[in-house]
Amino acid sequence: MACNPVRDRSDKNHSDGNMSKQTIVEYATRLGDDALILGHRLSEWCSNGPFLEEDIATINTSLDYIGRARMFLSYAAELEGAGRTEDDLAYTRDCRDFKNLLINELPRGDFAFTTVRQFLVDAFNLFFFEALVGSTDTQLAAIAAKSVKESRYHLRRSRDWMLRLGDGTEESHRRTQTALDDLWGYTDELFHMDPLESELLDTGVAVDRAAVRLRWEPLVTELIDAATLQLPQPYTLPGGGRQGVHTEHLGHLLAELQFVQRAYPGLQW
Amino acid sequence: MKHMPLFEVFIRSKRGLDHTHVGSLHAEDHRQALEYARDVYTRRSEGVSIWVVKSADIVASQEGDRDSFYDPMDDKPYRHATHYVLPEEVNNM
Amino acid sequence: MAQRQTEQDLERRFQARVDAEEKIEPKDWMPAAYRKTLIRQISQHAHSEVVGMQPEGNWITRAPSLRRKAVLLAKVQDEAGHGLYLYSAAETLGTTREELVEALHRGKAKYSSIFNYPTLTWADIGAVGWLVDGAAIINQVALQRTSYGPYARAMIRICKEESFHQRQGYEIMLALAKGSAQQKAMAQDALNRFWWPSLMMFGPNDDESPNSAQSMKWKIKRKSNDQLRQEFVDQTVPQIEVLGLELPDPKLRWNEARGHYDFGAIDWEEFYRVIKGNGPCNRQRLQHHIKAERDGDWVREAMRAYEDKRRGREAA
Repeated sequence: MACNPVRDRSDKNHSDGNMSKQTIVEYATRLGDDALILGHRLSEWCSNGPFLEEDIATINTSLDYIGRARMFLSYAAELEGAGRTEDDLAYTRDCRDFKNLLINELPRGDFAFTTVRQFLVDAFNLFFFEALVGSTDTQLAAIAAKSVKESRYHLRRSRDWMLRLGDGTEESHRRTQTALDDLWGYTDELFHMDPLESELLDTGVAVDRAAVRLRWEPLVTELIDAATLQLPQPYTLPGGGRQGVHTEHLGHLLAELQFVQRAYPGLQW
Repeated sequence: MKHMPLFEVFIRSKRGLDHTHVGSLHAEDHRQALEYARDVYTRRSEGVSIWVVKSADIVASQEGDRDSFYDPMDDKPYRHATHYVLPEEVNNM
Repeated sequence: MAQRQTEQDLERRFQARVDAEEKIEPKDWMPAAYRKTLIRQISQHAHSEVVGMQPEGNWITRAPSLRRKAVLLAKVQDEAGHGLYLYSAAETLGTTREELVEALHRGKAKYSSIFNYPTLTWADIGAVGWLVDGAAIINQVALQRTSYGPYARAMIRICKEESFHQRQGYEIMLALAKGSAQQKAMAQDALNRFWWPSLMMFGPNDDESPNSAQSMKWKIKRKSNDQLRQEFVDQTVPQIEVLGLELPDPKLRWNEARGHYDFGAIDWEEFYRVIKGNGPCNRQRLQHHIKAERDGDWVREAMRAYEDKRRGREAA
């Protein structure tokens, strides 16, 4: 990327003008989409959990994600300054305009799949948001501070579940290993830095995902072992969420999410 | 199938107050019970501290013990402040 | 003979306590029929909360704004919590949650018939919050004074939490009623469909309600079905007027002499048809609940197996 390596961070937001603002809008939208799509998937568990207590706990996690999505998306909309709202972003963009990472959009699967995905993502989120707390963008830093607290609790829950399911019965072990194997290829995308995020990293706005990986990997590896599971053979899927190249699942999720707004465009609800 | 054990949940609603019984829930172990207590009974930030205890571990007085447990306390009015009649001027003692 | 004497004494003492508005607590002696009635009523109430998650849950993934989505999710979560409080109250009477759920799955235990109606449009979510929760709150406020301590305490907690439920439902209706013509029509349609089933929620007329007298004497029930229903109608009609919607019953009008609203005849045939299992969604609701339970079997087994291993390791 052609850019001045010795940019002055302090005046970045102002002097570099629209270009910089636009990248932060994009960055906040990405993070908002990640939270929205996974929050939506978690909300699908409502009344489908293995018992009442777990139903309630899962909904709490879902609510945290949706709350986070609202903060990121309304910040993106506000910063964009085009008069859009969080709901415009959530309800009127098509598949190609959503920028969430693919791991978040995969169907909820069985309880093992949801558990493994939560564990992988919760662990990522904890370290990611711990880093984002130091962002030079105060709004992003504030959202991150709240998200750190939430993620700590989410991870506590999903870790415990990994142990119970991995080291539970033969069936739970098998289901959990299968989920882990199926999800593993999607984890690489969590750590991918594209030019936009690299640029924002230079200005102190964004998080260095490679550094997050250094903390994520040992935790995940250790827990997989403690849960008597096997670390999957490494493989990488194409990714593409940040370019709006999704799995087929996202379109169906959006069809449901956006149904009312699409059927009755432009109304207040 | 056999269900998970029952736990009783006690919550301190704010600092300076006692833990109060708020209800019960099912969990496999204490750690999980504590987490579910947080999710089930403090959805509106009702607490600053939670206790959970297995319901089976609670030893309770019985209805039949009533006479011997509580009635003997009824004849000791001198334990209550109102037992002592003081002059009006100092009666807020 | 001596045994019977004691039983009568106990019963007299029990009733005296109830009459004096003292609460009955789990370890107290209580007539077997009182216990049975309570288990039936509390479990029915618990099942209603839990099955009631389905018609509203039906719209969580389609809520038309992120705020509405969060609110609905929080509300449905509350219903789960309320179900849990009530199962807990029932368990103090010496039954277990699995026994209660099993009775539900075998069709032996009932839940409120209102949840056997489908939520077809977003307006139905407004109507359910406003009317169904509105009706439930009237019932539950009365039950805060019920004679069984754990039930009364669960009700107090539930009433406190439910205060936002009805308001959020009404807020949805308000947005629709003040919105486009299509939205207003959607609101009217939802009101029309949920009005009569909401009135049915209070149960049969007093002269058709065989267990009511005994329940009133035991102070399990504090107000009669018809009293509660009238309260609901009186409270709701002005709210319909504020929305600017048409009354769902041509016979609804203020009766100056009674100081209450008169209303038309309820279709009790429909009520009993739904109660007996032939409402629009009875089978769907039960199958959903059974499926969630079955899908969770292996999870609960895994939890127990893990806990056993963990204890084994601790002991070793």
